[in-house]
Amino acid sequence: MKEFSADLHIHTVLSPCGSLEMSPRNIVRKALEEKLDIIGITDHNSTRQCREVCREAIKAGITVYTGVEVTTKEEVHCLAFFETFDILEAFQAYLDRYLPDIINNPELFGYQVVVDEEENISYEEPKLLISAISQNIDQVEAEVHRLGGLFIPAHINRQKFSLTSQLGFVPPDLIADAFELSKHTSVEDFLKQFPYMRGRTFIRNSDAHQQEAIGSIHTRLRMEHTGFDEFRKALQGKEGREVIL
Amino acid sequence: MKVREIAEKLGLTVISGAAGLDNEINKGYSSDLLSDVMGSAGSGDIWITLQTHKNVMAIASLKDLAAVILVKGFNPDPDMAEQSDEESIPVLGTSEDTFTINGRLYNLLKQ
Repeated sequence: MKEFSADLHIHTVLSPCGSLEMSPRNIVRKALEEKLDIIGITDHNSTRQCREVCREAIKAGITVYTGVEVTTKEEVHCLAFFETFDILEAFQAYLDRYLPDIINNPELFGYQVVVDEEENISYEEPKLLISAISQNIDQVEAEVHRLGGLFIPAHINRQKFSLTSQLGFVPPDLIADAFELSKHTSVEDFLKQFPYMRGRTFIRNSDAHQQEAIGSIHTRLRMEHTGFDEFRKALQGKEGREVIL
Repeated sequence: MKVREIAEKLGLTVISGAAGLDNEINKGYSSDLLSDVMGSAGSGDIWITLQTHKNVMAIASLKDLAAVILVKGFNPDPDMAEQSDEESIPVLGTSEDTFTINGRLYNLLKQ
């Protein structure tokens, strides 16, 4: 069994709040510097930059877990990861269907662009990606799991856009593969405040919107290799695979 | 004032939890952040929100609220309505937005 270093919550230039320097090339370069084995690409309500990041990351020997940070109807941010591009596309269709027709104003919110290898803009997303989709958290969870994905409510300790800020507490019957904590807390401190969450799986990530933040905190995963199924087992603590925080 | 009177005077639909229509109302509280309601709402408050998740009822029960008003024609999720029945905390509906219903409720409670 090996130990892998992972930062699983990284925004790219596609997120309106993501810095323009967050191109696939720059993200991978910084991930190499930080000695990350695995990065998660999680733009707001869009998966459209994932492919290009994968192309760059393969060259550098870094594994990408392709995903998204969904804003549910309650404005709870949730990470979702999918194993293949086909499944990712199926989830993209779901996002496109339920993201409201509110047009982005780049001057107010920032640009929402997909960039290619040469860092040329290959697509600009017209709809504002930081809107809430019109599906509630249970519906999003069900769709992610229907597609065999992993569902991880994001930064649940934070006082905005989190499970605890929006819904007061973690619904006991919510089916989540793990829960993410931000850099502002530790598992220990979080459990002091939310003792009923003891025994759940936690991960910690940077939620990087700028290059400097990539890898600033990370999660270690003990697994055989970096395959998606190994990641699933690590979150479940199965067969010797585990999350080490 | 009882929830029943408020519902009648403001033309609110009783969606669920009708057994609690005689709950006595203290004042109103408006917020869509459940964490905020948990910290700031008081016993006997009527809570105006657009959130339809079942956690709304858990917090209403925890804080001993009199009733919940859902704005803009929103309907509770099925498990929220169920819990409202179980806890006898009425969920009332209005097609009006938060600003309008708050104003009308404020005037009514001030009388």
